[in-house]
Amino acid sequence: MNYKILQKGNLDNFITALSARMKVVAPVKRGYGNYSFEDVKNSKEISLKYVPTVLPPKKYFMPQYETLIEYDTKTGQKMQAVVEFEKMVLFGVHTCDIAGIQCLDIVFTDRPRDLNYLIRRNEILIIGIECNEYCDSFANCAMMDTHMPSGGYDIFFTDLGDYFVADIHTQAGDDLINGTNLFDEPKGYHLKALDALRLKKREIFRNEVGIDRNELPDLFVKGFEANVWNDIGKRCLACGNCTNVCPTCYCFDVDDIPNLDLKTGKRVRIWDSCQSEPFAKVAGGESFRKERSDRKRHRFNRKFKYPVDRNNHFFCTGCGRCSRTCMASINLKETIRQLYQECSAL
Amino acid sequence: MNKITINNSSYEIKRAKIIKTRKLTETEKLFDVSLFNGESLDHEPGQFIEASLFGAGEAPISIASSPTRRDSFELCVRAIGKFTTAMHRLDVGDEIGVRGPFGKGFPVRILFGKDLILIAGGLGIAPLRSLINFVMDNRRDFGIVNILLGCKTPQNMLFGDEVEKWEKRMDVNFNCSVDQASPEWAGNVGLITSLIPGVTIIPDRTFAVVVGPPVMYKFVIKELISKKVPENQILVSLERHMKCGLGKCGHCQIHSIYCCQDGPVFTYDQIKNLKGAI
Repeated sequence: MNYKILQKGNLDNFITALSARMKVVAPVKRGYGNYSFEDVKNSKEISLKYVPTVLPPKKYFMPQYETLIEYDTKTGQKMQAVVEFEKMVLFGVHTCDIAGIQCLDIVFTDRPRDLNYLIRRNEILIIGIECNEYCDSFANCAMMDTHMPSGGYDIFFTDLGDYFVADIHTQAGDDLINGTNLFDEPKGYHLKALDALRLKKREIFRNEVGIDRNELPDLFVKGFEANVWNDIGKRCLACGNCTNVCPTCYCFDVDDIPNLDLKTGKRVRIWDSCQSEPFAKVAGGESFRKERSDRKRHRFNRKFKYPVDRNNHFFCTGCGRCSRTCMASINLKETIRQLYQECSAL
Repeated sequence: MNKITINNSSYEIKRAKIIKTRKLTETEKLFDVSLFNGESLDHEPGQFIEASLFGAGEAPISIASSPTRRDSFELCVRAIGKFTTAMHRLDVGDEIGVRGPFGKGFPVRILFGKDLILIAGGLGIAPLRSLINFVMDNRRDFGIVNILLGCKTPQNMLFGDEVEKWEKRMDVNFNCSVDQASPEWAGNVGLITSLIPGVTIIPDRTFAVVVGPPVMYKFVIKELISKKVPENQILVSLERHMKCGLGKCGHCQIHSIYCCQDGPVFTYDQIKNLKGAI
C-alpha cells in the first residue's frame, strides 16, 4: 500500500490543480436530497458526503447516447466506425459505484470486445472516496461486500476529519498527485486512524438482508415461480427507472439517425430497458417476457443469478438506487427477504 | 469530446451486393447476396447475420443457403417490420451491409454418419434450408435422411421448386403437411406432429432438428421423445431479437444464455429447464 496524506485545507488546491489539467467530475448537490456527477472546477462545488447520485458514473463509461458509426450512402453502404471519448478524472466515487464499473468492465471486455467502451474507459481516471457510514437505509452494500475498497480505482480517499488518507493504487494515480506538492507522507497515527475506521465499519456495516449472498443464486432457482414476482409485477409501472439508474444495467438498443439529406447519418447506441414490453419482442409479434412479473424476475436474476453463472460475479453493487428511485416503492431488500421467506416455507 | 475513427469495430459492416432476388410468396422474398471483393461469408449452416441498411437499421436474418455454395449466400426475408419492409424494396445491384456470421449453427460434424429428421414449420424452413442443402450436397456422409415440412396453406409454401426436388429424390424420405388445404392440394392436412409417427426411428443413431414458430416446438419435441429420441439429440433453433449479435445488448437473453452467441441452435436438454425458452 502506498499511502499519502492530503490535509483538508488543501483539497481545493488539489481539485483546482486537477481541473487545470483535465475535466474533473464529482458529486454535486442538486436539491430535493439528490446528487449528480457533474463537471467541477473547485472543491466548494463538491459534496463529499452524498447519497448515491441519481445516475451512476456509468454515464461516462457507457453514455446514454453514443455514435458507433457515421455513414454515407450516396454511393453505396459506406461507413466509418468512430469512438467518442473524453479524458477526465472522476473524483469521489463510492465503492459501490467502483464495483459497478468493474461489472461493466467484465461485460465489455468479454469477447467480442467492445472497442467503444474500452477506448473510453482508458481515458477515465477514478478517485474513490470511502463511505465511513451508511448513505441511507436503501443500501445493501454490506450484503454484496462492496462497502470496503478493493481495487478498481487509481486513488482512494478516506476522510478522517482534518485530512484524507489517499491510497495511491496505480502509476496513473501517482502521476495525478505528482507535482502538486500537496500530499505528505503518512505518519503512524494517520494509518492507525485508518485501521480504527475500518474496524468501526465492520460494526456499522452488517448484512442488511441477513441472507448470505452466496445462497442467492440457488434461492433464485428455487424461487423462480415464487409469488413475490407476481406481487412486484402487479406494482411495477414498467417505467425503466431501475435499469437507468443501475450501475450495472448495460442493455442497449442500436438505432440510425439520418441527416436531413437522408443519405448521411449516424448509427447510435442508446440505453434500453428490459423492463419495457417490446424489449424481448421479435418482429413476428411474439413477446418472450410479456408480463411485468416476467420482466421484474428477469432483472433480479440478472443481478443475483445469471452473471454468477456466466462470470462468477454478482451484478448488484448494493447502491440502493433501484429501490430509491422506484415510483411503486419496489424495494430490493424486501423483495429478496420475501423470496427467502417463500422458499423457506416450501 | 474527442472523436477518433477506428477499424475492427464490432459494429463495422461489410458491404455486399444483391445479385439475384426471387419473390417466394406475397410476404417473403429471397435475396442472393455476395460480399464485396469476392470474399466468402464462410458460415456454418444455422448461423445468422445482422443485415444492415443505413437509415433503416439492422435486423438479424438467418442464412438460408448452404456454405457449400461459397460465392454468395441467400437471405429469405419476410416483410414484417421497418427494416424488412425497406429491404423488400431492394433489387439486383443494390447494396446491403452485413455483420457476422454470428452464433452457433447446427453441429454438422456431430451429425455426420447419423440418421436425420429435419423438421421445419413456416418460416423455419429458411434457417433449416442451410442444413438441408448442406446435407444434400454431402449426402453420402449421412445416414437415413427424413425431411418433414409444415405450413399454414399450400400458398404459404416456401421454396416450392426445391421442395419438389427433395420429394423426388430416392435418398430422402420427404413428407409435408398443411394446416388448411386448398382444393388442388393432394397432400396431408393437419399438424406437422402427425407426420412423425410415419418415420422409422432408431433412437441412438437419430438426430432430430426442429425449426419453427414457438408453438410448434412443444408438441413436436413431445412426439420425438415418445419415439425415444434422446434429449441431447434433439436440436432446435430459437428465434429471439438478436439486436447486436455480440452477446451484449440483452434483447435475446434467455436466462443466463445469450441466444446470439450461445445459440441460436441448442440441444433440447440445454434449454428444457429454462422456462420460456420454448
